[in-house]
Amino acid sequence: MNIDYEQVKVGDELPAFTTDAISRHTLALYCGASNDHNPIHVDIDFARRAGMPDVFAHGMLSMAWLGRLLTNWVDQRALRGLGVRFIAITHVGDRITCRGRVTQKLEQDGERRLRLEVSTVDQNGEVKLSGEALVAIASKPVAK
Amino acid sequence: MIDRSFIGRTLPPFEVEVEKGALRFFAKATGQADLVYVDTAAAKAAGYPDLPVPPTYLFCLEMAAPNPAALRELLAIDISRVLHGEQQFVYHAMAHAGEVLRFEQRIADIYDKKGGALEFVVRETRVSKQTGAATSVLVAELRAVTVVRNAG
Repeated sequence: MNIDYEQVKVGDELPAFTTDAISRHTLALYCGASNDHNPIHVDIDFARRAGMPDVFAHGMLSMAWLGRLLTNWVDQRALRGLGVRFIAITHVGDRITCRGRVTQKLEQDGERRLRLEVSTVDQNGEVKLSGEALVAIASKPVAK
Repeated sequence: MIDRSFIGRTLPPFEVEVEKGALRFFAKATGQADLVYVDTAAAKAAGYPDLPVPPTYLFCLEMAAPNPAALRELLAIDISRVLHGEQQFVYHAMAHAGEVLRFEQRIADIYDKKGGALEFVVRETRVSKQTGAATSVLVAELRAVTVVRNAG
């Protein structure tokens, strides 16, 4: 992927992708791999005692997918920031679409940068995570 | 109510080594197919000294603290009542497998909404790495907002 600052336009969209339906196995793997061992994401008995109907996905799993969305598009060394709000709970069985869009071209700290809005939505279009990323774009196209 | 006098409190700093096998496990768990994140030769071909730490994995390394529950215990928060409200990363330098990262955490704010039904704890974390005997570089700044659902 070549990102050319001059060619990028506000409104340009990053190549979106949709995950497989989230399984309990997905959550078990992420629990182990992320060091987030909160049982509420993998132990339904614990989740019910906590007043939840079922286990639910780690917000940071969806944020990791947004990280993938970004590094699929630009080299990670160009990533300057990523921030999200966890708006709604992501459930077992959800298929999550990760999207990003250029919202601003700016110069900051001596670099040309792009501000992006990023989000995850489920199969019904409900927004789960919403936030922003900042990437630096070299004057010359950056090969990815 | 969480004691507001903890605002501004710093926690004991700690160091975590970035393990290559753990990075591969994270790639598997997050559906990462880009070889740069799993294959050392691909990472080196892309100009990295070793497998790079992906953007959100710094949070996972923070959870590898000697006592990941230290903040919750200090504030007497029940783990079954917490939700992740917000997470931000500001990146300054890449981190890679084999490096040792230092984490310095601070309680930046504590506040509530809905008459105390929801309380919010804002944690700020500076992540740095040694680059020489007496030099270090800032890798990233993290900001996490934890939501505590209080019994109504």
